[in-house]
Amino acid sequence: MEFTCLSKGDGFHFPPCSMLNLCGFRILLDCPIDFSALTIFSPVPPAFSGRFDVESSQTEPVVRKRQRIEKQLDANDLIFEEPWYKTVKSLHLWDASFIDIVLISSPMGMLGLPFLTRSKGFAAKVYATEATSRIGQLLMEDLVSMHMEFRQFYGPKDSGCPQWMRWEELQVLPSALKEIALGKDCEELGAWMPLYSAADVKDCTRRVQTLKYAEEACYNGTLIIKPFSSGLEIGACNWTISCPQGNTACISNSIFGSSHAMEFDYDALQGNDLLVYSDFSSLKTMEDAENNTNNFGPVTGTSSNLREEDNHWQEAAATLLKNDGTSEEAEKLAFICTCSIDSVKAGGSVLIAIDRLGILLQLLEQLSIFLESSTLSVDLDHVPVYIISSVAEKLLAYMNIIPEWLCKQRQEKLFSGEPLFGHVKLMKERKIQVFSAVHSPELLKNWQEPCIVFSPHWSLRLGAVVHLLRRWCSDQNSLLVLESGLDANMALLPFKPMEMKILQCSFTSGIGLQKVQPLLKTLQPKSLLFPKDLRCPIKFSESNKIYLYHENEMLCIPRMNHSTEIEIVTDLAYTFKVKSWKQESMSRLRGELFMEHGKYRLLSGSKTANSQQQRLLLHWGSPDLEKLLTELSKKGIDGSIKQVNGGAIDGAEPENPATTLLVHHPSKALIEVREACTVITAADENLASQISDAMDSVLGGI
Amino acid sequence: MPIECLVLGAGQEVGKSCVVVSINGKRIMFDCGMHMGYADSNRYPDFSRISDAGDFNSALSCVIITHFHLDHIGALPYFTQVLGYKGPVYMTYPTKALAPIMLEDYRKNMDRRGEEEQFTSQHIEECMKRVIAVDLKQTVQVDKDLQIRAYYAGHVLGAAMFYAKVGDAAIVYTGDYNTIADRHLGAAQIERLQLDLLITESTYANSVRDSKYNREGEFLKAVHKCVAAGGKVLIPTFALGRAQEICLLLEDYWERMNLKVPIYFSAGLTIQANMYYKMLVNWTSQKVKETYVTHNAFDFKHVQTFDRSLINAPGPCVLFATPGMLSGGYSLEVFMQWAPCEGNLVTLPGYCVVGTIGYKLMSGKPTRINLDKDTQIDVRCQVHQLSFSAHTDAKGIMDLVKFLSPKNAILVHGEKPKMAILKERIESELGIPCFYPANNETVSISSTGHVKAHASDTFIQRCLSPNFKFLKCGVPDKSASGSKCTEGISRLQVVDERVADSILVEQKCKKAKVIHQDELLLMLGEKEHEVKFAYCCPIRIEKSVQTGSKDLSSTDNQHLGLDKRSLLELLSVKLSNKLSEGNIQDFGEHLQIESFHVSVCLKDKCSHRTSNSIENQSELVFFCCNWSVADEKLAWNIISIMECCTLNTT
Repeated sequence: MEFTCLSKGDGFHFPPCSMLNLCGFRILLDCPIDFSALTIFSPVPPAFSGRFDVESSQTEPVVRKRQRIEKQLDANDLIFEEPWYKTVKSLHLWDASFIDIVLISSPMGMLGLPFLTRSKGFAAKVYATEATSRIGQLLMEDLVSMHMEFRQFYGPKDSGCPQWMRWEELQVLPSALKEIALGKDCEELGAWMPLYSAADVKDCTRRVQTLKYAEEACYNGTLIIKPFSSGLEIGACNWTISCPQGNTACISNSIFGSSHAMEFDYDALQGNDLLVYSDFSSLKTMEDAENNTNNFGPVTGTSSNLREEDNHWQEAAATLLKNDGTSEEAEKLAFICTCSIDSVKAGGSVLIAIDRLGILLQLLEQLSIFLESSTLSVDLDHVPVYIISSVAEKLLAYMNIIPEWLCKQRQEKLFSGEPLFGHVKLMKERKIQVFSAVHSPELLKNWQEPCIVFSPHWSLRLGAVVHLLRRWCSDQNSLLVLESGLDANMALLPFKPMEMKILQCSFTSGIGLQKVQPLLKTLQPKSLLFPKDLRCPIKFSESNKIYLYHENEMLCIPRMNHSTEIEIVTDLAYTFKVKSWKQESMSRLRGELFMEHGKYRLLSGSKTANSQQQRLLLHWGSPDLEKLLTELSKKGIDGSIKQVNGGAIDGAEPENPATTLLVHHPSKALIEVREACTVITAADENLASQISDAMDSVLGGI
Repeated sequence: MPIECLVLGAGQEVGKSCVVVSINGKRIMFDCGMHMGYADSNRYPDFSRISDAGDFNSALSCVIITHFHLDHIGALPYFTQVLGYKGPVYMTYPTKALAPIMLEDYRKNMDRRGEEEQFTSQHIEECMKRVIAVDLKQTVQVDKDLQIRAYYAGHVLGAAMFYAKVGDAAIVYTGDYNTIADRHLGAAQIERLQLDLLITESTYANSVRDSKYNREGEFLKAVHKCVAAGGKVLIPTFALGRAQEICLLLEDYWERMNLKVPIYFSAGLTIQANMYYKMLVNWTSQKVKETYVTHNAFDFKHVQTFDRSLINAPGPCVLFATPGMLSGGYSLEVFMQWAPCEGNLVTLPGYCVVGTIGYKLMSGKPTRINLDKDTQIDVRCQVHQLSFSAHTDAKGIMDLVKFLSPKNAILVHGEKPKMAILKERIESELGIPCFYPANNETVSISSTGHVKAHASDTFIQRCLSPNFKFLKCGVPDKSASGSKCTEGISRLQVVDERVADSILVEQKCKKAKVIHQDELLLMLGEKEHEVKFAYCCPIRIEKSVQTGSKDLSSTDNQHLGLDKRSLLELLSVKLSNKLSEGNIQDFGEHLQIESFHVSVCLKDKCSHRTSNSIENQSELVFFCCNWSVADEKLAWNIISIMECCTLNTT
């Protein structure tokens, strides 16, 4: 088995991406887009801005930029072109046509998939859960429609390299932008792609084979692939893959307790031969703490207190879920709501640029509660909440029909006949209004400030967010709520000077460091693949092997189990003719070998072959001639032994002496016995076969 | 280990479905229904047969409920709360959501009829709490060995067929299913599985249904005619399933015909049910699913809530009221009011239980019905029967059995005579043993097992690479010489035998191992001893052109030595004409057919010649043959050809 981590990703919106070679099949895990790189582009400039005119943009900026190279960044340093999108940096080094399977574990991991599916020769089977595929499709459609604004602004382009990608342009980019464009080692330029079209998205989703929760998919009869919820998002999952060489589980970013998506189902990942751990989410928190702590690498343990700890691991597992951080999340949401209310009260508007579905759904519920409960002079009940996105309506409708992927509390709502999320009721009461675009006539008709707006895109480069930011950026009373993981300085560059209040929130997007150890103890994999960068103690058992991996380093893992198992249908096994030899009993196989559902099976084949061989085909030992004579006489065959020295008959070599046995009755025959060979000469088929039978009984054979 | 199937209910009848299957030490109860036709102990399955001591927790591994109809779930609260079964109960999400509605409805009616209450509201609630909901195709590991999986069954929302597998033995229990999609549900769907047993419903074991479009059309015409004339239409239904199906039909028709007549749902029950249907739209038919964003099909536009004051309000209307067979409750109350008026219409379902008003209306055309001793109803309204059976018909059952090709089939949930006919069909047409046990009977069938063994890598590798053998069919042998026309038929057969070179080795106290024969000797520590056959075969030679056979004898050795090759070639031609199998390879010095090896023998005395005293040796040439045991048959075949033939040298 081989494993290569192509990218450790970055937070919720950029999940890790890796390549796994299992049983000779090449499996790609996730295919995300790095949207944080999008900030090097300028959003579509306001149409009335006099600063930007086409002519000057062609020549002047080059000169200007060169002068400013080490100055502080300003909005004019950004790239004024139709943006390209940055995919996983080393994925393009792989030939897409050699990939056999793509496993998509979350909607975010799907966004880069059309880049692959549109590439030539791509023929892999893509698996994703039903919910992931649907949400992913909507997000991609939204991306395409938001990008359309750029295309309309910059006009149709000749294919080929965009201006900014020319070397001389790249050279003069400010260093901060250059690092994003080229990467630290100046090797990431190949990762940039022009955005896919709506047709690409359609084609991509058509190729995805959707799976239900824990549905088994059988690839090529060999691999059995199953998704189990990861808790990260609705429809997000971890995968288990089993093949004749062992069972593998892949953990990507997972959340133990969620208040919307189905919880991290770690029980289902227990006891595998190999566990691929690729949740890098705690990397961020670790880096923050790095300065304070000593440098300690992953501790792979045989330490003495292991045994003692062993007794506690079950308890540890039990506590895993208890402290799931949902209360912490709820506090954060409440805080956002309070801040929003404060802004609204002060007469400002609130712009929430959070693209995490779960957070968004919960915020909608919470906000309405806050708005209703706060009794103040302003009639807050009438502060409108707008959601502006081309796919919001579809997404919100979809959220209410997938109870199978929601957490326990939400499922209870189904069983008691209530809507799964609060937004259904709120939309009916028109407390939440959904619009497809910022310029839609209905929105303009209804527009009312102050208001609370939810809108993509969290990178602040695409979508309605851009226009609303321009409108409110100089309003001190307004509030902008951002996601963490975004370089706020860079992101806000085009909107400077920024007067709005800014709230940047981080939400859980994976397994916390302190939970890694108890989790691994619960899962008890025989071997573990663990990122080297995650410096956390991982000792969970002495007998288990741990392999540490690095980004872009291929790791070869020796075969997990030592012997392949085969199943023989009992009915067939009964037809085998059993021969015993010393301690062993053995039988020659019959039937046909099939690979069925990840197992080798010997089934009774089609009966066309007339190979009902009665003869033993393989003999061993050396025949006892006296015994042979007795056996022959039992069958009514008389003979006598004639010792012949080598070479007398047939010109055989003297060093290979033969003993000859002459048969007189019923007809003449001759048996020559040498050390490793016996030749039976007879003119009569029947006699020959009887002699052969006699040979079988004096030799070992099968 | 045999699979034992104990039928506790729905054996040769319809009602109280309950089948307990034991597979490899696991025991699963499929469905836990009640019988609508009984009010005594016969209404429930005889649970005591599962465990005499009443210890159901150790007797059963799990309970699986296929759908929310009472004859499939009605006894569940009684079983779990009163009899105390505490183990896992599985059903699909919609079933878990909708079952309490059905159970509660049933409990209330039980109350109303003054029967002894079998379980309480709280029982239902607590029972449902313990239910584990599953998604379609979700593979659920009940315990280490038992795996179950649900497949879409149509029939009603959330109905599922269940697959259960323990070790190597696997079965499917269909519950009720429909192989034809209707307005709001898709058709049953299952994948090809290797099954030891299929337990299928057989409600329509003997009938094939016609298209329902005509019936729908007639129904709509009748309704339209009635409301156009200002009449009222009463549609007694259960809250779930039929109500939504007919409502979708009407809603569509109302839209097309631009009708404004109000459609009422009698109680909050059905409205509430629609709420569930909206959230579970993923479980409905493809068509309904696709439109959920723009308009959820269960958001009925024309539907309003009904209240009692509207019963005698003037003007036309359509009313859905429960229960379905006019056996009491709201629908009966309204029926009593509306029945005497000629302009009104009552639409009955296709099947009504004996004893209900619905049944009386369907059998004959009564003008007066005695409700009880004191009450009589004059029936003047029109009665329309609309059967929307959500069960598969005989063709559907046959198709499913054929598709799944189980080793055995058991029929339940049907009427005995019809089941007998279907059993005959399954056995004669599909060759699958079929049973239809009565209640409380047990059917035992054998299950497939597997012998597990380790396989060596060499074995696997050898098996992966093809090992083709081309055999000519032996048939045309004689015909080829007789008539020319059949000559072309010498069909080529391709054999790909890959495992015959491998050996299963079993040692005491060790797991069996499969190895390739090359590895065997190494494992045994023995040396191979080859056993071969040899025979020096004489063939007559005829000189056709040259005369004077004496020449030959004088120069015989020399002459023949020169002709060795041509002699072999001649033999090769002869053999290829006569031999039906094997592939003749010419190596110059010898010919080879599989392991059969033949060359010209010029020795005066060959040890492989058995009789040296054949007269007229001058006309004979000897061919020395040897072969290994594997090709014994082929070899003797060749030798018999050789012995009979004559080589014509020129």
